[in-house]
Amino acid sequence: MAKVTVDGIEVEVPNGVSVLQACEAAGKEIPRFCYHERLSVAGNCRMCLVEVEKAPKPIASCAYPVADGMKVFTDSPMVRNGRRGVMEFLLINHPLDCPICDQGGECDLQDQAVAFGKDASRYREEKRAVKDKYLGPLVKTIMNRCIQCTRCVRFATEVAGVPELGATNRGENMEIGTYVEKALTTELSGNLIDICPVGALTSRPYAFVSRPWELRKTDSIDVLDATGTNIRIDARSGEVLRIMPRTNDDVNEEWMADRGRFAFDGLKRRRLDRPWIRKGGKLVPASWMEAFTAIAEGFRGKKLGAVVGDLVDAEATVALRDLMAALGSTNLECRVDDAAIDASRRDFYTFNTGIAGIEEADALLIIGSNPRIESPVINARIRKRVVAGSFPIGFIGPRGLDLTYGHDWLGEGGATLAALAGGSHRFNEVLRAAKRPMLILGRGALTRGDGAAVLAAAWQIAAQNNMLQADWHGFNLLHQFGGQVAPLDLGFTTGIPADVQGLWLLGAEPGGVPEGAFVVYQGHHGEAGAARADVILPGAAYTEKDATWVNTEGRVQRGRLAVYPPGEAREDWKIIRAASELLGARLPYDSLDGVRARLAEVSPAFAGAEFTPHGCTDQTGPAGDVAAVSDAAFTPSVANYWQADVISRASATMAECARTYLPQAAE
Amino acid sequence: MTDFIQPESFAFDDESLKAIDTIVKRYPPGKQASAVIPLLYVVQKQMQRQTGSAWVPNKGMDAVGERLGMPAIRVYEVATFYFMFNMKPIGKYHLQVCGTTPCWLRGSDDVARACRDAGHLSGYGQTSEDGVFTMTEVECLGGCVNAPILQVDDDYYEDMDYDSTVKLLEALRRGERPAPGSVIGRQTSAPVGGPQTLTDVAGE
Repeated sequence: MAKVTVDGIEVEVPNGVSVLQACEAAGKEIPRFCYHERLSVAGNCRMCLVEVEKAPKPIASCAYPVADGMKVFTDSPMVRNGRRGVMEFLLINHPLDCPICDQGGECDLQDQAVAFGKDASRYREEKRAVKDKYLGPLVKTIMNRCIQCTRCVRFATEVAGVPELGATNRGENMEIGTYVEKALTTELSGNLIDICPVGALTSRPYAFVSRPWELRKTDSIDVLDATGTNIRIDARSGEVLRIMPRTNDDVNEEWMADRGRFAFDGLKRRRLDRPWIRKGGKLVPASWMEAFTAIAEGFRGKKLGAVVGDLVDAEATVALRDLMAALGSTNLECRVDDAAIDASRRDFYTFNTGIAGIEEADALLIIGSNPRIESPVINARIRKRVVAGSFPIGFIGPRGLDLTYGHDWLGEGGATLAALAGGSHRFNEVLRAAKRPMLILGRGALTRGDGAAVLAAAWQIAAQNNMLQADWHGFNLLHQFGGQVAPLDLGFTTGIPADVQGLWLLGAEPGGVPEGAFVVYQGHHGEAGAARADVILPGAAYTEKDATWVNTEGRVQRGRLAVYPPGEAREDWKIIRAASELLGARLPYDSLDGVRARLAEVSPAFAGAEFTPHGCTDQTGPAGDVAAVSDAAFTPSVANYWQADVISRASATMAECARTYLPQAAE
Repeated sequence: MTDFIQPESFAFDDESLKAIDTIVKRYPPGKQASAVIPLLYVVQKQMQRQTGSAWVPNKGMDAVGERLGMPAIRVYEVATFYFMFNMKPIGKYHLQVCGTTPCWLRGSDDVARACRDAGHLSGYGQTSEDGVFTMTEVECLGGCVNAPILQVDDDYYEDMDYDSTVKLLEALRRGERPAPGSVIGRQTSAPVGGPQTLTDVAGE
């Protein structure tokens, strides 16, 4: 530890930290552009100058290590003068176009120019002009505004793992870009917009849409992948205008995947905004009352079942469960992709290591999953661990995938998995030598015919290779959507019998609905489910309700209502509660608190406990015969990252991305 | 020559591959990226052999990146940083006029003017219409003792003035390669008029 005095305040900081961090520990704000906590130190903007006693010149605090007994001044005349000079230089080539700049109002350069800069510039020469670059359909560039902090270059190289951005030419002619024009091949490109301290990289879909002070900000949770990314929904007059990540070091740090960030325009298109009833083979608009009455008639005396989709909140799920119970049905299902998930124990279907736990692991086996596509943010965490060093990764799945980090391709499919389960594979040695090995099993790998066997084999690998310890749980199932874990917690795994006569589809696609069955579809987008339905009930999307979500870790998080559902659509649990009245099976709760109390009653997971890393005390595996694993290869579970769910399929932005990145799939 | 076509592909020929093997061996294992600058020269030389114009095409940079196991953008960064690498096609002869202070004091303006006149060039960065000469201004070539210097491709021509520059360019146009070095017959960088000993300093 080193004792440092910052403006007379004495702080003790670990050896090796930078002067800037010491100043922050003392509560002093240091202006900066190129320095970013989660990126390497570049030290090229010079904005963080401070004075150190006995040093003849101001020093760049971000790149200067502390020394014991150092005396730092952050507000001396030398510092103020230095910062003013640096700011004047930074503004030499920066255009004065703040009134038409999308960064205006939330711009580091604007703020710091006011706080630390001068009121005028002495520069009378010509400004340079830089051609705008094309970086893809999501990131808009206005390169005149670039101050060459190189945060984007470092983000792309270090965090996203796609070294495609660079600084070409030199001196006055230096430009940031890809040099050979191309769209950045990353699913994390939206983060470039966040880390750019000026208006050089802005959001293309959000261009000229709004000013930050006009927006109402609501904290919520992203459900378009299973990461459970903490988000902030910015809305104005009932319309979601943008979604940004919130910092949560245990989940998403401060990153966010592109689909979650940009697919929200799908919430404004192809929505179900009123109830519909099928009359004489055709769907006709109806009132809520008529719809509920039609359900009551359609369901009367029938054998019922309920299916929950991938984007459904826990409140609606438990309400549907209770409604079905009241109607005498225990036929519940949520595994619409036929994944052979064993829900008898929670650690069979969650990401037990925890996302932050990846950083503690020292070996990884990935089975039938492409984390880059299934959860870009978790993939960034794996990459972070890889960059830290000595992290062998074995991969079973398609050969030659670019996961943004090197991996040891072990084989394509079941044969390799069986060899590992048998303990005779060369990678077994690596896993046994590790102290905290982990494996990630893709949910997609369980959708095959031998899914139960794959699950059992993966568990056996975990059990036999030191992954299940009293204080370490290395077995992880990676889900694909934010609504996939909650219904598993709530017992939606009893299955739908083939002779079911009435089905309630809550945001679920109607795979295998029997002919002649009476189908109620409740959801927010009218896809195949709505087309097959006899009654359609318009529900709320994740931005439109106070709801509880469970991510792939099993972490229970709350999202909040940012805008009201469109038209006559309502929050889903309320719809079910209202329907229960007319179905003669009145549910006993009529407030959100009531539903949540019921949630906690049904599953202890919802009782308010925080997610904590846990060990494994019971090594007994899930049901399934390891020997039944077939030799078939694991296929990519998400073929089209950009259009993987109903919301992103309705999104014009995502369609544009698919056209750019997957030209063959968009045709 | 503002518009030019990037070649569709680039592959090292046998001569380049031999050179690359020698170069890469100079660096310790895992530090192969250090060889990026010499390899870019290899690309430029190969282009000169194959097309008569010494420049580095994008595909050439990609090939360097692939050979050294580094991302292409890192090669682009290096190649565009150094003006020794021509990022677009140049003429058959690359006239590099040193314009730094010692050369300028000794008459580099005349050398540049001679290049423009005899090479039919409009200015720095330009290529003559017949594609024979490209003229660029370079920083100090380190030959100040024999200033002014005109570098043609890899050869230094020293002690230039207007007339000798015109003569040199005419010889080049005829396909000759006059011997590099001082054009006034100076031996290495000894004083004009021949080597003199310290005891023989003029004026003593």
